[in-house]
Amino acid sequence: MSAARTTYREAVRAAIRAALLDDERVFLMGEDVGSYGGCFGVSKGLLEEFGPERIRDTPLSESGFTGAGIGAALGGMRPIVEIMTVNFSLLALDQIVNSAATIRHMSDGQFSVPLVIRMATGAGRQLAAQHSHSLESFYAHVPGIRVVAPATLEDARGMLPAALADPDPVVIFEHTSLYNLEGELAEDAGAVDLDRAAIRRPGRDVTLVTHGGSLAKTLAAAATLAEEGIEAEVIDLRSLRPLDDATIIASVSRTRRAVMVDEGWRTMSLAAELVTRIVEQAFYELDAPLARVCTAEVPIPYPAHLEQAALPSADKIVAAARRLTGG
Amino acid sequence: MSRADTELPGREEGLQLLRGMQRIRRFEDRAAELYSAMKIRGFLHLYNGQEAVAVGVLQALHEDDAVVATYREHGHALAAGLPMGEVMAELYGREQGSSGGRGGSMHIFDAEHRFYGGQAIVAGGLPLAVGLALADQMQHRPRVTACFFGEGAAAEGEFHEALNLAALWTLPVLFVCENNLYAMGTALGRSQAETDIHARAGGYGIESTALDGMDVVAVAAAARAAVTGIREDGKPRFLECHTYRFRAHSMFDAQLYRPREEIEAWKKRCPIMGLRQRLLAAELATEADFAALEQDIEAEVEAAVAFAEAGSWEPVEQLASHVMTEREA
Ligand SMILES: Cc1ncc(C[n+]2csc(CCOP(=O)(O)OP(=O)(O)O)c2C)c(N)n1
Repeated sequence: MSAARTTYREAVRAAIRAALLDDERVFLMGEDVGSYGGCFGVSKGLLEEFGPERIRDTPLSESGFTGAGIGAALGGMRPIVEIMTVNFSLLALDQIVNSAATIRHMSDGQFSVPLVIRMATGAGRQLAAQHSHSLESFYAHVPGIRVVAPATLEDARGMLPAALADPDPVVIFEHTSLYNLEGELAEDAGAVDLDRAAIRRPGRDVTLVTHGGSLAKTLAAAATLAEEGIEAEVIDLRSLRPLDDATIIASVSRTRRAVMVDEGWRTMSLAAELVTRIVEQAFYELDAPLARVCTAEVPIPYPAHLEQAALPSADKIVAAARRLTGG
Repeated sequence: MSRADTELPGREEGLQLLRGMQRIRRFEDRAAELYSAMKIRGFLHLYNGQEAVAVGVLQALHEDDAVVATYREHGHALAAGLPMGEVMAELYGREQGSSGGRGGSMHIFDAEHRFYGGQAIVAGGLPLAVGLALADQMQHRPRVTACFFGEGAAAEGEFHEALNLAALWTLPVLFVCENNLYAMGTALGRSQAETDIHARAGGYGIESTALDGMDVVAVAAAARAAVTGIREDGKPRFLECHTYRFRAHSMFDAQLYRPREEIEAWKKRCPIMGLRQRLLAAELATEADFAALEQDIEAEVEAAVAFAEAGSWEPVEQLASHVMTEREA
């Protein structure tokens, strides 16, 4: 099977393009997805190929067009709503939480909402406090929606078609640091499963659980730890709701130690949820306290040195793993 | 627009409109009693006084048109043709209810009638209606989506976002603002800088009309004209119906926010009484007709109550069903 050199951005674009070719009901809408080509360049060229009906520029109305996406999904379409970033998705939180997530259960299964919402997330580009949030946990908190975070080229290409095939609302988080990620992708790459976490690096001494934009940092930390003789197992959650407990618990039961790496703030975080699940399900397997590497509890500052000090880093992950392994 | 301006329809249609309103009134009077008897719990927002709007507008729709309503939607559900027993069972929370009992009074859904709720976030239904209409447009289906909301919704961002989108994309939505002057206890004049709501729709280039929402004949005529217009050019229309709720916002409130004389004055404009008087004056109907109609409705409401009473509770084991679509393992 042949593979081609590509980027995460191109993989997402290829996924959108294939979906548009595949299914007439699919369309993309959001701010600047058309003429501008997407604020991260993801949809560049699609307007020319598919026209303004299906590559639909919207006004600045996050709640309005997200709600319209929900309505269109109820009406038989398969919309992909792009919200520029998670920061602005707060203006659409009402529609996502109060409409998309509730309608199926509240209507006793009469209506479902086959909607895909894509949004960028994360910090690291010196964009300061209002453009650097990692609020995946807000969404992962809510029953009635699925939340996924592609961290690899395969998942960037494969999660979108899987999400479109899913009858329920799916929120896809694309970390902004990933769009330029380069690598090989099989030419026939297609839909992937949305349920399972993936072990990105096997190891026996400590489990590092992460997702999205923190995967690269975590793998770098694992490489450093390996030089010191500590073999870290790296789990990429992939799905943030539902969480794949089985993979996490099996890993921790082998390594007996775990560090959660999460770009969200520590308090009420995804990391907190992971710790709780491990304690609930594998308490007696543990040989050390669980640890978390999260973002410092501050609005993200602009200067690079302060921003980096606030975010998880390979060094912080290495230090946390060393403490647990007595290194 | 005064009542004299609207031409009375014939006997049959007149009685039909009367029946529609009377069904809602009687259903809700009974629901209020059942609330006091603790058969119905939670919020119960009665539509008492506003019946002409739902009945007048919905008679203009076709079977495959869609409806998006608010938490004050018993009237719309009944006027849209949902079986009364299922609506009452929903108020009870029984599994035979329109939404399997899961929504209650505020969340009535019915796929068969394309009734999309029962949306209890003020203005939250407007974007949904825009999306339903967008789906129709993109799939070349000549259908209309009617979206009901109160004047309070006009202060929300979602109202403006939805109107802009509907106008910008030329979507077949009939927006129906039921201006009953109060959002809970907040008078329109105390909360919105421009109290002429339909003028605001005009600001988005949407053809809009203000009318007497206590006159079912006027509402029916305006709705027919609006729906015909939508079917012709695909553009949204906006109706602002001036109306009044005779009872509290939800079941009980002290109504300190409005003078008793105001309530009494509006009650004199009761849409049901008004139509009866006009039908009598025009000799299109008699007291005997009304008595027969009331008897019918009484029987229908009692049957609905009996249906709800006989209903069952959803087994607790099903609590989490339909959170997500069930998938094969
Ligand atoms: C977004 C939101 N804010 C507040 C409420 C609480 N609330 C419910 S009904 C209501 C008043 C709405 O008034 P209006 O839109 O005029 O409709 P009416 O109740 O008169 O039918 C309020 C404030 C709500 N449900 N949703």
